[in-house]
Amino acid sequence: MINFQYVRATDVADAVHRIAADPAATFIAGGSNLIDLMKYDVERPSRLIDITRLPLKSVEETADGGLRIGALVSNSDLAYHPLIAARYPLLASAILAGASAQLRNMASTGGNLLQRTRCYYFYDTATPCNKREPGSGCSAISGLNRMHAILGTSEACIATHPSDMCVALAALDARVHAAGPAGARTIAFSDFHRLPENTPERDTNLQPNEIVTAVELPARGFAANYTYLKIRDRLSYAFALVSVAAALELQGDTIIEARLALGGVAHKPWRDPTAEAALREQAPSQATFNRAADVFLRDAKAFGHNAFKINLAHRAIVRALIQAAAGTPQSQSDKKIR
Amino acid sequence: MTNYIGTATSRIDGRAKVTGEAKYAGEFNITGLAHASVVASTIAKGRIARIDASAALSVEGVLDVLTHLNRPPMASADSAYDDDTAPEGSPFRPLYNDRIWFNFQPVALVVAEKPEIARFAAALVRVEYEEQAHVTDLHRQRDKAFALEPGKNHSAPPKPRGTAEQAFAAAAVRHRGEYYVPIEHHNPIELFASTVIFESDGKLTVYDKTQGVQNVQRYLCNVLGTEPEEVRVMSPFVGGAFGSGLRPQFQAVLAALAARALKRSVRLALTRQQMYGLSYRPAMIQQIELGASAGGTLDAIAHDAITVTSQYEDFHRQETGWSGLLYRCANATYAHRLARLDLETPCDMRAPSAATGVYALECAMDELAVALKLDPLELRLRYYSDRDQNTDRPYSSKSLRECYRQGSQAFGWDKRNPEPRSTRDGTELVGWGMASGVWEALQVPIAARIVLTANGHAEVSCATSDIGTGTYTIMAQVAAEMLGLPLDNVTVKLGDSTLPQSPVEGGSWIAASVSNGIATTAGAVREELLRLAKQMPNSALADATADEVTLADGMLVSKRDATCAVSIAEAMRHRGVDRIEQEKSTTFDDDGSHAHNTHSAVFAEVKVDEELGVIRVTRVVSAIAAGRILNTKTARSQIIGGVVWGIGMALHEETLIDHNFGRIMNANIAEYHVPVNADVYDIDVIFVDELDAIVNPLGIKGLGEIGIVGVAAAIANAIYHATGMRVRDLPITLDKLQR
Repeated sequence: MINFQYVRATDVADAVHRIAADPAATFIAGGSNLIDLMKYDVERPSRLIDITRLPLKSVEETADGGLRIGALVSNSDLAYHPLIAARYPLLASAILAGASAQLRNMASTGGNLLQRTRCYYFYDTATPCNKREPGSGCSAISGLNRMHAILGTSEACIATHPSDMCVALAALDARVHAAGPAGARTIAFSDFHRLPENTPERDTNLQPNEIVTAVELPARGFAANYTYLKIRDRLSYAFALVSVAAALELQGDTIIEARLALGGVAHKPWRDPTAEAALREQAPSQATFNRAADVFLRDAKAFGHNAFKINLAHRAIVRALIQAAAGTPQSQSDKKIR
Repeated sequence: MTNYIGTATSRIDGRAKVTGEAKYAGEFNITGLAHASVVASTIAKGRIARIDASAALSVEGVLDVLTHLNRPPMASADSAYDDDTAPEGSPFRPLYNDRIWFNFQPVALVVAEKPEIARFAAALVRVEYEEQAHVTDLHRQRDKAFALEPGKNHSAPPKPRGTAEQAFAAAAVRHRGEYYVPIEHHNPIELFASTVIFESDGKLTVYDKTQGVQNVQRYLCNVLGTEPEEVRVMSPFVGGAFGSGLRPQFQAVLAALAARALKRSVRLALTRQQMYGLSYRPAMIQQIELGASAGGTLDAIAHDAITVTSQYEDFHRQETGWSGLLYRCANATYAHRLARLDLETPCDMRAPSAATGVYALECAMDELAVALKLDPLELRLRYYSDRDQNTDRPYSSKSLRECYRQGSQAFGWDKRNPEPRSTRDGTELVGWGMASGVWEALQVPIAARIVLTANGHAEVSCATSDIGTGTYTIMAQVAAEMLGLPLDNVTVKLGDSTLPQSPVEGGSWIAASVSNGIATTAGAVREELLRLAKQMPNSALADATADEVTLADGMLVSKRDATCAVSIAEAMRHRGVDRIEQEKSTTFDDDGSHAHNTHSAVFAEVKVDEELGVIRVTRVVSAIAAGRILNTKTARSQIIGGVVWGIGMALHEETLIDHNFGRIMNANIAEYHVPVNADVYDIDVIFVDELDAIVNPLGIKGLGEIGIVGVAAAIANAIYHATGMRVRDLPITLDKLQR
């Protein structure tokens, strides 16, 4: 663990000013991922800019019927917020599928977006990793890759994004609010995280001198027909092998709107407009869901240990869609899969 | 008289533990304490070419960087590095020379004023290596596996019996299967740490995380070349060890070296990742073949195991012998081979050899039952043996049949539909499986001291450890009962190398050993009290012999006539004695006429999502026969812990090695999976009454190990019953159940 300076930002402008002044500095909120990475010498910030005192802790209703979630709202507070529970239960469910109660108490909304992959090689400075050290090579492609991506991979990196919350945010078409030296801007959730391509060291399109200030949810919350189904190697406290956020809007026996996002399969929460289109205007049925899963996974590619994920993802998609259509979302406390 | 033995007594150290008053090895403080941090190897095999510690040394607060080039002198002979539980070979020596034997091997030690500085500076030490080709994959080495001659701390497999080859040829049904168990790491929650106090006279007081303070004390004296009185090792509390603390570990040597180099007190706490360089349960490939008649006899067993060892020691346990022991079978053969990998030497982990060997046997038995179209429990009853089959002798006690009966009844086994995939609960397939478990009832020479004071207080002491099992509590219970004192009047001292002799705590042998040891010593106290009582005028016990009196409620009482009693306090006061001190060694005579074993019957229910393969172990019943149970509360906790570990062994645990780098990649307890609360449903523990007048005077057999044995097999068998899929390599992760 490398020595670092510690400062506390007083407001958003101050935070932006401080990060611009020191390119090797980094923000710290809950620290539930950053501190680990510092202990492993993976992150070596010159300075931690503590943003936990910034006034970004509220959940507010927006004019168009959505919600604006401050970047420092803790994962626990968000999951149990009455407006989230009532209008966006998919988000609440996804958050509660992740980590542990203690970690969720510490982890922030903005930090959850910025958490880094759990690829073994990224965490171990004794091994090559393009994400940690660009150009050093990817050890996972020919190594232990059971946890790794099957969609959107590159020759440089096959890591996955570990978040559960982000999978729900992707499905809900959230927008990320950021502030930087040039002012504030909004980033569509699907544009926030990147694919690895030739620059796996960059997880997101947030600029190094920008700070996440809020996440905005549009009005549509899919509170009636949704599920978050997470498949993992033990029944709690493990990262997803595959997770599915499914949200449907039904009119009679017809799906009029469908959202499908997967975690554990790509460098970012993975959505596929073609697969969602394959659900729209259809009656919910096993055949429809199978077709959508086929489409969703048409370009899936495995690397050895993770070959099972393609089949598993297919089944998880179908199951999640059945749960969503039936209005019987997966419980995150009763571990029996519905 | 109050009975304490056999009661559900809460831990006498429980309050100290939950309030933080109990101090662990890494928590002892002293003025001027320096802090050390290990620099660990990043290669599996080769030599250190160069170490550049200049950047580390230039950090303010860094006191020294020790390497093989500048460390204080260490012994050169292998014998100096031997210890009570070491296998044959040339034991590992930290910072001894430039040779790299395994990844995470310590290559340098940074010592600084503060732990943060030490850890920071350790990250600045640059090490260059000359790498050599390594092999860490057991499957790649299986053809190079070699058979081992019997030697120190390991025995050859039992002698083959009968004519297995002919019996197999004649068998109506044969089953042959290969079973794999991966490397598993102990992962006690307490990190390995040593605090070495450099006393003013240069002597060392070492607080160490260990299962054997005297083992570590002798080892350190030999390695450092000091006299016995110059090193004292203490370990009053241990936050779990499970076998990882049986051998002296390298953090103790490193901290002691640093203390001597700096003439200063030093603490070294390893990181979780560095603990993956200490030791592990060896991976093993096992082949089992069973031959049976249609009529209900088991006619032949062949068990062949290949296990992992290091390049420098031959770690070897008795994996295969359990197979021939348990069931009535005239013909048996065994083979055990070792495969060398570029890893550190394995060591014992909870129920070493039985957790793994019996797993394979009990899965194979289940497969045989399927082949014979017999209920798995019925199969085991038909093959039941009242004699140890390996040595053809009776057991001192064996209540496995009663374990089967009570366990199956509590579980409801008779309602089992034998057909796989026959029971459903919505989207889940339900499976019921069972297995037997067996472990040895071991006992080892031990000494105990009792100091009884006239105010009715006793201090009982022994150098053994309490690794979280409840040793403090059972020692107090036995002493209180034997001395006729209230439990609160007994103080227990342990975990100090200056206390009366104890072997390492392991193998489930301490409960039986130390309890009988205390009973022996209490007998000597009683004799001394009787001697004093007889000297009183008109003594009511003037004619009594030692065998005829007992201690109860502060009195020395005749067993024949309870009205003949003398107050202990008065007897002592009358002779002007304010304390009676007795220390006795106890050995356990074993004429070899009886086998000493504990047994279990484990019943498990699993529910498996048919499409997704997600497994839930919804119910486990574990019926245990382990002689006299000293404390039903701590004993139950022990068994629950064993069952939970068995769930982990079946479904979760696996040390993942990247064989390209020869390096463990999941060296933390986020990625190295053990069961979490959500994975643990109902666990029902049953202790079967088992009186054993032969095994030792108190009839105690110990139960640290038996709780895990058989659990993984019961779960694997339940998964087969649920799904019709037989997975023979652990852990059974959901991908292995995909059709």
